[in-house]
Amino acid sequence: MSALKDTAKSAMQTAVRLTPDKWLPGATSDPLMHKHGLLGAPVSRVDGALKVQGKARFAAEVAMEGLAYAGLVHSTIARGRIAAIDTGAAEAAPGVGLVMTYKNAPRMKAPALFGTSPSAAGASSLPIMQDASIHWNGQTVAVVLAETQEQADYAASLIEIRYEVEPAVTSFEMAKGRARRPESILGEPAELEIGDAKAGLAGAATVVDHIYRTPRYNHNAIELHAATIVWEGDQLIIHDASQLVNATASTVAGVFGLKDHQVRVISPYVGGGFGGKCLWDHQILGAAAAKLAGRPVRIVLSRESVFRLVGGRTTTEQRVALGANADGTLAALIHTGVAAMTTHNACPEQFTFPARHLYAAQNIHVAQEVADLDMLANTFMRAPGESVGTFALESAMDELAEALKIDPIELRRRIEPEKDPTSGTRFSSRNIVEAYARGAEHFGWSRRNPVPRSQRDGEWLIGMGCATATYPYYRFPGATARITLNADGQAIVAMASHEMGMGTATTQAQAAAERLALPLENVSFEYGDTALPPGTVAGGSSQTASIGAAVIAAFEELVPALLQLAGNDSPLAGLKASEVEARDGGLGKIDDPQSHESYASILSRAGRKEVVAEAKAPMPLEMQKYSMHSYAAQFCEVRVNAVTGEARVSRFLGSFDCGRILNSKTAASQFKGGIIMGLGLALTEETLFDERSGRIMNPSLAEYHVPVHLDVPAIDIIWTDIPDPHSPMGARGIGEIGITGVGAAVANAIYNATGKRIRELPITLDKLL
Amino acid sequence: MDIIINGRTIEFSVDPRTSLLDLLRDHLGLTGSKKGCNQGACGACTVLVDGERINSCLALAVQYQGRKITTVEGLARNGDLHSLQRAFIEHDGFQCGYCTPGQLCSAVAMVDEWERGLPSVVTQELAAQGIALDRDEIRERMSGNLCRCGAYNGIVEAITATFENLP
Repeated sequence: MSALKDTAKSAMQTAVRLTPDKWLPGATSDPLMHKHGLLGAPVSRVDGALKVQGKARFAAEVAMEGLAYAGLVHSTIARGRIAAIDTGAAEAAPGVGLVMTYKNAPRMKAPALFGTSPSAAGASSLPIMQDASIHWNGQTVAVVLAETQEQADYAASLIEIRYEVEPAVTSFEMAKGRARRPESILGEPAELEIGDAKAGLAGAATVVDHIYRTPRYNHNAIELHAATIVWEGDQLIIHDASQLVNATASTVAGVFGLKDHQVRVISPYVGGGFGGKCLWDHQILGAAAAKLAGRPVRIVLSRESVFRLVGGRTTTEQRVALGANADGTLAALIHTGVAAMTTHNACPEQFTFPARHLYAAQNIHVAQEVADLDMLANTFMRAPGESVGTFALESAMDELAEALKIDPIELRRRIEPEKDPTSGTRFSSRNIVEAYARGAEHFGWSRRNPVPRSQRDGEWLIGMGCATATYPYYRFPGATARITLNADGQAIVAMASHEMGMGTATTQAQAAAERLALPLENVSFEYGDTALPPGTVAGGSSQTASIGAAVIAAFEELVPALLQLAGNDSPLAGLKASEVEARDGGLGKIDDPQSHESYASILSRAGRKEVVAEAKAPMPLEMQKYSMHSYAAQFCEVRVNAVTGEARVSRFLGSFDCGRILNSKTAASQFKGGIIMGLGLALTEETLFDERSGRIMNPSLAEYHVPVHLDVPAIDIIWTDIPDPHSPMGARGIGEIGITGVGAAVANAIYNATGKRIRELPITLDKLL
Repeated sequence: MDIIINGRTIEFSVDPRTSLLDLLRDHLGLTGSKKGCNQGACGACTVLVDGERINSCLALAVQYQGRKITTVEGLARNGDLHSLQRAFIEHDGFQCGYCTPGQLCSAVAMVDEWERGLPSVVTQELAAQGIALDRDEIRERMSGNLCRCGAYNGIVEAITATFENLP
């Protein structure tokens, strides 16, 4: 970011911080946060019956006449050019309708790179199949369309390619030597220094200073990436598995030189996303092939193709140095490091973000660099940055507690900041000390012996560890909600948002029913289609708040519209919007139980079938005025086999502070899901990248080990349920925080069990022997 | 060739390379069975063949002439959900719902295997009369069905609750 932009942003932030809440539309308190009833209730998923019967229709399952199936060929070199490509045998193979390569692909613009504008979704800015050049090992070099998948896959195997190989940077070690500081880390400065951390560290009574390493990971949602694509004249319809339908439509429109409204993306069900179900080459290649062949196309990536075409979390090398005073306060906190990236994407894995907000320290230095490799664009994966950043920071905190001989929870209590340590802003709501206290009590932390290797059950060494989890509150601008209220007292709330299993459709129906004072069965939430009012990305744990703010705005339009329709014959006659509230299926005067009229009555007297209100959420100024984050205390008990080194998580508890919980059933599931992905991050998962060839060596679920049933104990989840006064419904996002802190909680428990401090993930058996 | 799917005999003719999973999904429109890896590693494609669970992605359709296949679409009876389906909803045994059909089919056959006295790798007493279907037995026996959303706790609770409710 330029100095001028920095100054402007800083001036804006100062102005916002000085503005009273009542003048900031996004910062005023939502009255719903104090309501009980539907909000927080353990409502079962509204789409449950469909899902348990296999009736939820995913992107690869949309029926269509005349479908062609796509097969793909991937490059086997990391960098160079296609010198010769022979597609003759493939074209002659049974059932084949088209072989598309750079030679005959339609001319397409490069996708707009994510982050370059609010509507840009490109995971990379590389042009797709426009020339002979190869940029990563696994790039798609040919698409075959055939009548069946078997025919397409067979024909793809017949394509012969000769490459001119060019030198490629595929070694992280080599790339680190030329690491660069990006202009910004997702809009935040890449480097921040408060005081003089180096001097602070040098003068500190106790110092821990270590390097931590985390590998590549892949999302591995069980649903394969897929799209069913049809051109209807100059309209392009993509049935996609997507967590950002609007930006996908807009970016694909840009690629094909269309207007945004000419591309419709429909994605009612997504079989897991975690950051991976965004816009990658396959939707664009499928649309290009459909255009060329003049028929609809189904493109379903094989599991191997998912690894070759859809990026994952990148590898990091991080230094955390903590210098403590004799009383356990911090003289210096340093968190620096480097992540592998490419020159054509923008995902620097923001692992220093937790250190910017978690602890009070006299001197702080955070800095991130990226090292450019010739590889598939890495991308956002569940808590990008925070997941691996908390592994380093929270492992270091445990090491410092050990060095100081202070309980790790007590150490964190001593360095609890009063305000945000780097921005200086007030916290909107922060109850991590309470979350630790409650978690420790439930987990039985007092039974932990701080001396490593002191608890044993036969061959098994037993240990406990804890770590702080944190993830920012985000609300993205641009969300627009539409409320349609009909004369039967039924309401539909609509926005082009996403349900990938988080429970969006269920919790938003709950919140809307509570807001409108209607029974839950009268309210439904429509989503997953760009034909609806625009939504925002299902990312950054932002969707609940983003939708919520837009629904508040639409509700604020709906109330005056209803009062106008109610007219002079209504018990509400003459009342202003500020004098009424939603109550008992209608509107009523605040503090006057007698003065009430139902929606049905208002609409029928006015002779209306329905009333519609649509509004855009205000800008998320609350994020600038306050330091807004979710927190948790993660507790882990492990058993490590002294003979084999096998580590088994025997107990886990997450104690969360995420504002108001909107659905206790689906929220608990989402927290557990994050923790389980964190167990994989800690113990079993790793995308193996061959540093010689740049090729991913384990592109399968047989060799990439996601946690299975037997790896997962019963997980306990508790939460503070303290509403955040500055977020819609008092809720902060919960999708990502679950994975954060888990890597360190496990590593710290393993240290307590074995006396071995492992600073490189995943903690596999070999590292414990 | 014919095959009996969810009680109905269906005639089919496909490329011999077609997997049972692709026959169901691409040719018969039975998309309840899911494709997650197409190499027998994730279990999303689990169906029952004469009551036993298999990965339908690893089975060639032409090998199943005359066999009785049950898919997730065949678990409900006369519009009433199977008790295990209801328990999955109650105990939140899924999030995205993609692995769910495989988990359900797998669990139905798993309980049947247990009722027949088949031991698993975590069974302590192989010769014991009546193995307790406890949490560890369920987790081990269900470990061929991956769930990336991490609904494992809910799935185990749903299976336990359903089993306890059996007569």
